[in-house]
Amino acid sequence: MKDLVMETRVDTQTIKIKAEKAQVFYGTNHAIKDVDVEIMDKTVTAFIGPSGCGKSTFLRCLNRMNDTIPSCRVEGSITLDGDDIYDARVDPVQLRAKVGMVFQKPNPFPKSIYDNVAYGPKIHGLTRTKAELDEVVESCLRKAALWNEVKDRLHSPGTGLSGGQQQRLCIARAIATSPEVLLMDEPCSALDPIATAQVEELIDELRSQFSVVIVTHSMQQAARVSQRTAFFHLGNLVEFGETGQIFTNPKDPRTESYITGRIG
Amino acid sequence: MSGSLFTLDARTKARNAAERRFRAYGLGAIVIALLALVWLLISIFSAGLPAFRQTFLTFPVTLDASQLDKSGTGDVAQLSKITTITYAKILGQSLEAAIAAKGIDLGGAKPKQVADLISQESAATLRSKVMADPALIGTTIDFTTLASGRIDGYYKGRVTMDSAALDKNTSPEQLRLADKLKEAGMLAVRFNTGFLTMPDASDKRPEAAGLGIAILGSFMIMAVVLVLSLPIGVAASIYLEEFAPKNWITDLIEVNIANLAAVPSIVYGILGLAIFINFAGLPQSAPIVGGLVLTLMTLPRIIIPTRAALKAVPPSIRDAALGVGASRLQTVFHHVLPLAMPGILTGMIIGLAQALGETAPLLLIGMVAFVRDVPGGLFDPASALPVQVYNWTQRGDPGFVERASGAIIVLLVFLIIMNTAAIILRRKFERRW
Ligand SMILES: Nc1ncnc2c1ncn2[C@@H]1O[C@H](COP(=O)(O)OP(=O)(O)O)[C@@H](O)[C@H]1O
Ligand SMILES: [Mg+2]
Repeated sequence: MKDLVMETRVDTQTIKIKAEKAQVFYGTNHAIKDVDVEIMDKTVTAFIGPSGCGKSTFLRCLNRMNDTIPSCRVEGSITLDGDDIYDARVDPVQLRAKVGMVFQKPNPFPKSIYDNVAYGPKIHGLTRTKAELDEVVESCLRKAALWNEVKDRLHSPGTGLSGGQQQRLCIARAIATSPEVLLMDEPCSALDPIATAQVEELIDELRSQFSVVIVTHSMQQAARVSQRTAFFHLGNLVEFGETGQIFTNPKDPRTESYITGRIG
Repeated sequence: MSGSLFTLDARTKARNAAERRFRAYGLGAIVIALLALVWLLISIFSAGLPAFRQTFLTFPVTLDASQLDKSGTGDVAQLSKITTITYAKILGQSLEAAIAAKGIDLGGAKPKQVADLISQESAATLRSKVMADPALIGTTIDFTTLASGRIDGYYKGRVTMDSAALDKNTSPEQLRLADKLKEAGMLAVRFNTGFLTMPDASDKRPEAAGLGIAILGSFMIMAVVLVLSLPIGVAASIYLEEFAPKNWITDLIEVNIANLAAVPSIVYGILGLAIFINFAGLPQSAPIVGGLVLTLMTLPRIIIPTRAALKAVPPSIRDAALGVGASRLQTVFHHVLPLAMPGILTGMIIGLAQALGETAPLLLIGMVAFVRDVPGGLFDPASALPVQVYNWTQRGDPGFVERASGAIIVLLVFLIIMNTAAIILRRKFERRW
């Protein structure tokens, strides 16, 4: 395990998202308990932990996707650049343009590749002319390392791509709204190893522009792509720190059992 | 579980036998259903197709000025005092003269019987023709008109020499004369566009009865139903499915919609009579009331499939749209609705097709009235196709039985067109995700 950890370094110390005493309930089920997390700008933060420990739940709190679940209730404070995102004045729609999301299963719109990427800029009015929009689409597809594969068939359906291409298309779609934070919920779990490697490489490049939060069940992946890692267990944040430290020198015995494969 | 793969064990044999039995039941059920359908179609088409053909008489009619324009001035007010009785007389005389001119032997038929070969409707037709063009008076025109219902029935096998002998409305002499006229080219059986364009006719004139007003009325009713139930139904479904909070009130609404879809249609007729006619004071027999009543009936039947279609759109699409910062309304209109469209359209058209064939509620709001005048708008009396079918089956003259079956064919054709449209739209809008 230890040899997998890259020599990584946290680039900045600006706090982008800060959660304090965050609680999430699904009805009476207390899914997230007292979580305190600081997510740095221009950093990849990985959430790891056994299935059902609340990684997705917490991730979805960060762009208020949980609002769509009627039974879900969030308490505590979560701030983006110091603003409480659960404040009554915050429109979740505006928040989600700033905090983009990539889902576990690739979910391109059943529209053309071009329209998939262009949708966000269109609804947010980010571009004024068709030429500008074309430019945004191209640059996002390039950033998502998909341009060369799809440049000749921009107007064929996005659902016709392979799984890995679809996921990269979803990443392109997410970054097209110029978000500040990109949330990814197990983005590689439906992908083969080659596509996974491509997406991981991509995440590393995206770090230069965004703050990335990635949920993963693969510790190797966390070790490869992240600079900071949070370990969740049964709704609690057990340990949070630099990835190197978590994997080489875990402080909590539960973290150690998990990364050595004793709980899973 | 030992033994050769080539010998079937008892369990496998029993399973295979069960499967074969099940296939046989299924096949049997389908064969029975198909036979019933074929039987239905054969009986309707054999009874109804003759309604699309009609017996016509063609002969020169001398529009005698001394009878039609006694004042000799051509004054329209004077002309309109001449009733159809005079025109009937002229028609009878002209036909007799034409028969004599061709040298055909009357074979014992009396002048009254000769005149009765012509439909009673013809005098009115001739009168309106002359009133529209008074210059015709004094000339001789080639006039093609309906033969009477009995003569028409003779060429469709409904009337025979034996039945004519017992029938006070016709006689074997008439039929024999009709055969001679046919040979001489004065009588012919042809396609009858009038069946689709003419209004209903009175009990004695089945040959003149048409579906014109019923088709027009049904179209108007369907237009009202479409215009009202499409936006209301789709808006209600979208609200309930995508926006409404899930609580006991929405649960109650949901249960009630399901119940309303199962309410017998006649109940909507009673409701319509009470609300739209007795309370709101809308006119009886009007397509607007028919449309409103059928809208009430159709709404739950549209909301249920529309909600099902919306529910069938995968949640991942909603997540994707919300995830890039689309509002809920944008999510619904840009992504969910297009994907649900095939299902919504199919539900819509099937709901409309049900409404098109609905009779009972229309009877209650008075659409069964006898209407001869083309409705000028939604508030004028009109008829409707299924009501016309019901109406004609109540009439005594066997000519109307054929008309009723013909009307059923028209109704079926409309339904088939609508269902085909549903299938085509479904194919067109269907997309994978
Ligand atoms: N939509 C939901 N409604 C109710 N409970 C949920 C929902 N989603 C997740 N949960 C519960 O919240 C807990 C955490 O789930 P989740 O965040 O999906 O875990 P993870 O992503 O770490 O596997 C689980 O106990 C799960 O049953
Ligand atoms: Mg998860």
